[in-house]
Amino acid sequence: MIRYVIPAVLFAVLVGFLYVGLDLNPREVPSPFIGKTAPAFELPELGNSERKLTPEDMKGQVWLLNVWATWCPGCRQEHDTLLRLSQQNIAPIIGFDYKDEPDKALAWLRQLGNPYLLVVEDLDGRAAIDWGVYGAPETFIIDAAGIVRYKFIGPLNDAAVAQDIVPWIEKLKAEAKS
Amino acid sequence: MIPEIGHFALVLALCVSFVQAVVPLWGSLTGRASWVALAAPSAQLQAFLVAISYAVLTWSFIISDFSVLYVANTSNTELPMIYRISGVWGAHEGSLLLWALILSGWTLAVSLFSRGIPSVMLARVLSVMAMISVGFLLFVLITSNPFERLFPVPVEGQDLNPLLQDFGLAVHPPMLYMGYVGFAVAFSFAIAALIGGRLDMAWARWMRPWTALAWAFLTVGIALGSWWAYYELGWGGWWFWDPVENASLMPWLVGTALMHSLAASEKRGVFKAWTVLLAVFAFSLSLLGTFLVRSGVLTSVHAFASDPERGVFILGFLVATIGCSLLLYAWRAPRLMRSGSFSAVSRESGLLLNNVLLVVFCATVLLGTLYPLALDALNMGKLSVGPPYFNTVLIPLGVPLAIAMGIGSLVRWKQDKLSRIAKGLALAAVASLLAGAVVPWLMGGYFWGAVLGSALGTWVILTTCQALIERFKNKGLSVASAKQVPSSFYGMCLAHVGIGVLIIGITLTSHYSVEKDLRMAPGEVFDVSGYRFEFVGVTEEEGPNYDAFVGLVKVTSGGKQVAELYSEKRRYRVQTMPMTEAAIDPGLFRDLYVALGEEIGSDGAWAVRIYYKPFVRWIWLGCLMMGAGGILTVLDRRYKLASRRELRAQAVQPQQVTA
Repeated sequence: MIRYVIPAVLFAVLVGFLYVGLDLNPREVPSPFIGKTAPAFELPELGNSERKLTPEDMKGQVWLLNVWATWCPGCRQEHDTLLRLSQQNIAPIIGFDYKDEPDKALAWLRQLGNPYLLVVEDLDGRAAIDWGVYGAPETFIIDAAGIVRYKFIGPLNDAAVAQDIVPWIEKLKAEAKS
Repeated sequence: MIPEIGHFALVLALCVSFVQAVVPLWGSLTGRASWVALAAPSAQLQAFLVAISYAVLTWSFIISDFSVLYVANTSNTELPMIYRISGVWGAHEGSLLLWALILSGWTLAVSLFSRGIPSVMLARVLSVMAMISVGFLLFVLITSNPFERLFPVPVEGQDLNPLLQDFGLAVHPPMLYMGYVGFAVAFSFAIAALIGGRLDMAWARWMRPWTALAWAFLTVGIALGSWWAYYELGWGGWWFWDPVENASLMPWLVGTALMHSLAASEKRGVFKAWTVLLAVFAFSLSLLGTFLVRSGVLTSVHAFASDPERGVFILGFLVATIGCSLLLYAWRAPRLMRSGSFSAVSRESGLLLNNVLLVVFCATVLLGTLYPLALDALNMGKLSVGPPYFNTVLIPLGVPLAIAMGIGSLVRWKQDKLSRIAKGLALAAVASLLAGAVVPWLMGGYFWGAVLGSALGTWVILTTCQALIERFKNKGLSVASAKQVPSSFYGMCLAHVGIGVLIIGITLTSHYSVEKDLRMAPGEVFDVSGYRFEFVGVTEEEGPNYDAFVGLVKVTSGGKQVAELYSEKRRYRVQTMPMTEAAIDPGLFRDLYVALGEEIGSDGAWAVRIYYKPFVRWIWLGCLMMGAGGILTVLDRRYKLASRRELRAQAVQPQQVTA
């Protein structure tokens, strides 16, 4: 008798896992850079290669690094959300133009609006490797001490900004003050 | 107005399927013949309504009615007509509607072609199918309504995902769904039998052609998917152990086991409880596949359009369907009478071994697919399980399966002698070992995998031929005796030879493919396996909804031109997504495959991928043979004769309607 019940029991266990799995995000891979100093780079500004930016320059404030490119449909998707976030004026967003064509990138910002304080250009994708970028879009939050604290993978949306990004920024700002 | 007709038809279909789920079943339990008689007409009405709904959605695609949200999201005025029609199932909502359409199609077929089956049994089968239909129609209507309107109406649609703008994708999902959903028929027969407690050899005979048909569709569907991935993704791979591929492989494995255990149940009346369980599993795994694709619990290239809310619904549906059937099984299966005995050396034992191996194979795939999810759910970290796991674990399982397969088709029912079998197989064994030694030598390199694979493939083919010869031994070879052999036997032989061909194809293409990533400037040549590839250059061309760079590679062999390969790098205008269209010169013994990468430098040089793939076509050829074998089984005149005989029996003795 018992053996005829086994399939039902196994299935119940499976359902348990599937149910928990629904709330998990399989694409969320923990970044090994969380809690480490922001990897260094020295990259030219988009459209003005004379000026260079390094993460050091941003020290003392909580800031976001948003990896994007014109070839990336997800970046187009999150662009409006980014514009709204930048209008809230709670933290500067640095754009990280990843393996892109500068002309197209500039045209994109003219056309769609520019949410970034500044955009750096990573033509060959070297710096992106140091940051552990494996796709675009990705968004990092770096605290005032220059440590990467949070990474969001995939296109941002308003819900994610309200639930994740803004609380993180506020928490890190509070930390910086105390 | 027209989309609302589709929506309304779908709601009506839901109501009808609700009636079909409850009334005939209740009638069959309480002995009301008129309620039982409602099963077939309601099934037909339901199929008609779902078809209307589907036709309306297709029409909205054809006329580019962007006031329908789904059409606006997945179509475009520049999209060629064929992809507008196939675009209907190009995303979540429409593919679910296709699922519902195919389910109602199978229900319709069962209601039309089951005249030999007692009306009570048929009513229960159709009721169970309607329960599934209720679940799916509710899913479509509540979470994924394809007829939702959009206001203001956009001028232009978002276009179909460029990956899906392809002939292979136009045919892959319908085929696959025919297989997935086809197992719903076997499932419903199993549940109906559990409800009625009637599990005899006639039951197995009713169920078998439906199972074989669904299995044949699934086989061809998987093969089409693999073929599509091969030429469309531009990597030349044909199987990636992606969770969604696994999701289609698992019902196939269990379905294969089911076909074999059904054979034993039909001929000898054994393994009945096991057969029921396999039928439940095959369909459950199809549903699980739908869940995995549609809920986004696993990372996969196929998991576009995923949504946790939908996931909860499917999970609930899964629990209701599978949970109830397993509980019903736990309640009813102990009462199933055992009949028939067999000795350790017999066809029955062989089939049992086959079943055990196939189910373990399937469990292994399931484990590999769900392991990352389970670890994540237990908070034990993230990991991904890839080809190394599957290749390492599955090859040791595949080897005994192939060996047993060769022996199994020669063993007699009930009882046999080892010595008799061994004598018959000695020649095939020697020839296979010889093939294992010679084929790798011909291909130009020894690998243990290649030796093993060519020997096993040859073994399967030769032993199957041997079974065919034995069948004719006593009768002599003539047209008359060939006609006497049931077509299901030919089907079995064809499918088994298909497996052999598949094994050889997989082995040789895995070990002897040559893959080169090159930088080629115009005029440069490269030699691969006796072929000279000359990169002529790249031109720009314009397609209906994309712009393309077209690279020409001329292939010559010994000074003679073999092929002109035009591979493309497309950029679809709406979704601005780059796509690679590989150029392939196919052949029975080798494919020449060229894919265009990126432009490098300013001298017109491009990154070019050149692949030489020996015997890769054998993979899909083998699958087609298996599919054809399944069809031959369905055509067996035994099923027609049987149903005619039962019809006569029914005419003499009116069917009693009892619980």
